[in-house]
Amino acid sequence: MKADPHGVLTGTHFIDGDHACCEGALAAGARFAAGYPITPSTEVVERFAARVPTVGGTFIQMEDELAASIALQGGVWGGAKAFTVTSGPGFSLMMEHIGYAAMTETPCVFVDVQRGGPSTGLPTLPAQADMMQARWGSHGDYEIIALCPNSPQECFDLTIKAFNLAEEFRVPVMFMMDEVVGHMTEKVVIPPADQIEVMPRKHTHKSIEDYLPYATNGDLVPEMAHAGEGYKFHVTGLTHDERGYPNMTPQVQDKLVKRLQNKIRNAADRICLFEEERVDEADVVVVSYGITSRVAQRAIDMARERGLKVGKLRLITAWPFPEKKIAELAEQVKAFVVPELNLGQMVREVERAANGKAKTLAVPHAGGGVHNPDDILNAIVEASRC
Amino acid sequence: MAKGRVSIVVERCKACGFCVEFCPTHVLALSSAFNSKGYHPPHVVHPEKCSGCDLCGMYCPDFAIYGSKVAEVKAQKAAGEKAIGGEK
Amino acid sequence: MLNVIDDTVNPVEPFLRTDRMPHIWCPGCGIGTTVNSFARALIESQIDLESLALVSGIGCTGRVAGYVKLDSFHTTHGRAIPFATGLKLANPQLNVVVYSGDGDLSAIGGNHLIHAARRNIDLKVICVNNLIYAMTGGQTAPTTPGHATTSTNPYGTFEPAFNLPHLVEAAGAVYVARWTTFHVRQLARSISEAFKKKGFSFIEVISPCPTLYQRRNKMGDGLDTMKYYKEKSKVKHGAPTSEVGLTLNGEIVVGKFVDRDRPDYQSMMRAQYVEALGERYIEDPVECACGDY
Repeated sequence: MKADPHGVLTGTHFIDGDHACCEGALAAGARFAAGYPITPSTEVVERFAARVPTVGGTFIQMEDELAASIALQGGVWGGAKAFTVTSGPGFSLMMEHIGYAAMTETPCVFVDVQRGGPSTGLPTLPAQADMMQARWGSHGDYEIIALCPNSPQECFDLTIKAFNLAEEFRVPVMFMMDEVVGHMTEKVVIPPADQIEVMPRKHTHKSIEDYLPYATNGDLVPEMAHAGEGYKFHVTGLTHDERGYPNMTPQVQDKLVKRLQNKIRNAADRICLFEEERVDEADVVVVSYGITSRVAQRAIDMARERGLKVGKLRLITAWPFPEKKIAELAEQVKAFVVPELNLGQMVREVERAANGKAKTLAVPHAGGGVHNPDDILNAIVEASRC
Repeated sequence: MAKGRVSIVVERCKACGFCVEFCPTHVLALSSAFNSKGYHPPHVVHPEKCSGCDLCGMYCPDFAIYGSKVAEVKAQKAAGEKAIGGEK
Repeated sequence: MLNVIDDTVNPVEPFLRTDRMPHIWCPGCGIGTTVNSFARALIESQIDLESLALVSGIGCTGRVAGYVKLDSFHTTHGRAIPFATGLKLANPQLNVVVYSGDGDLSAIGGNHLIHAARRNIDLKVICVNNLIYAMTGGQTAPTTPGHATTSTNPYGTFEPAFNLPHLVEAAGAVYVARWTTFHVRQLARSISEAFKKKGFSFIEVISPCPTLYQRRNKMGDGLDTMKYYKEKSKVKHGAPTSEVGLTLNGEIVVGKFVDRDRPDYQSMMRAQYVEALGERYIEDPVECACGDY
């Protein structure tokens, strides 16, 4: 369906990534946010707090991230599209509730504007060191989707995508920004509402008697109902059956957890987004995401000026990881170069997917700034000699 | 004619004894029978004393007993209401 | 097998997920008793069940959500109140009840308890207080009276316990009452009163945990505890909450302690936005995200 025009600030703007993310959420139809301040993410909800009373909706600043990350889920079950926003320390606090959202199949968006860590780390400086945490941070087996914007424009566009994926797959979606993308100011074009596609909630059409909250057809995603509609359904974080009732046996566990996994994995081809450029004849492919992809572009250009055959693969979806694409490229290239603002996270996925068919060179950075393009260039040169 | 009547869902009972103790007219006692879980459910020993106050029902933590006023019984019968089965 | 001798219906039955009976609570546990009072209150208040949502946390009392035939949410440990807050804000037409235990609400959930009371969020909180962490095997709770024996204080507790009515009153609750599972009718009445109030209502119900708290402290079984409640409770409506703390085997002050009026969170929010924004304020409840369905 088309976006609700009340939430769409059509026009050309000069705003930073945090602000653009908020506008993306509003355009996507988010009308409830529960937040807690944490640098460098706070502006997202500050803008939401300022915008939402004239758009229609509610923002509440909760007492901590534990509360924010579950209040937003109450908002979802009350009928809203909802999100929260945080950075490293808050992301860690939210982990239990990310698992709860995955288990109860609550569609929602968690924005993590990554900063230096671990612990309090570098509140005002960038890193990309929460990438594995986004995937594995909560306990148990579950799948999430994670997106990585690399510009304020993408902070707008991909936030809408994040909400749409959340609704389509009834899954929490991690929106992995970083402090530079969040605080850089660029042109952001917001189109008219009728040019924005949003995914409606997968609400059931079944009668009250026939509805089972966690029954699925082939697409593995159950239909949802909201509180207050007469369905009198039960939602629990305990292992549950199709009625939503706790049913704590190995058989039900196997069925449930595998379905939660497969609903994402089976659709990975559809979900995975990436940007590839001149990979077809490349000897070396640089795999990057977020702000690092923009620095990597400079390094790639410098390498090409030297005559090296370098391709670019920019991850837009970090999770599910595009392993098929990497495996395919690994048959052809000598090596992957993976610069990241961390000491090696997504590079492990590249290595795993390459399965020994190509070398993988990490270009780590402990965070606090962006790479010097020369460091990435040096890695490309080394890779091309493999 | 008693003013009330007690209904007992034997299989839900865990013999906690609340109903026996707090019935104001001492209508109930724990029986020597067993339910399938091995508990002694209550039984009615003084049916004539039942007022249908439903204190037994309010106290029962297992939803295994309740009292109804006889007038109510007649009205519910007239309305054709069925008792709800519990266990599958 | 049913052994009903006529066609009458237990008043609580329509509120139960009968396909999940019998429940898991122990013989002599009082949680089921509180559910009877809750059901009576729903009947008496004529609450529209379709716009009632019940939220619980983790623990024995948390299992109530799974047994009631309502829109019910069994959430994470300590977080029933913020989840309930989100529900209520997204759909103000809902009547939202939080039904959880003393450990869940006052230990891990303590922060959320005091903030929701401070904000006067329109929630009805039923706190079943069995003075222990029962589900996990009988550990000390913030409400466990001093010198009790628990599994994590095997030589006896020595910490002061929370006086929950005092805590929530200080935090800002507009309705505070305490009963025990002996006081079935008074409890039902308090719950009904809470439904008529807008704002943060808190009803504490002292309940036996015969398997753990009572057994470890040689207090007999559930019935013995109910008799103790009957004997040692004193009804003192309007008592200063500072004076209603509990001690091991001591007097239990019950009654309605606080019943005051303060604007609830949503009224205050609305007033503020209207003042600041006038006609630009869009007050409609959060739109359904569904689109046409």
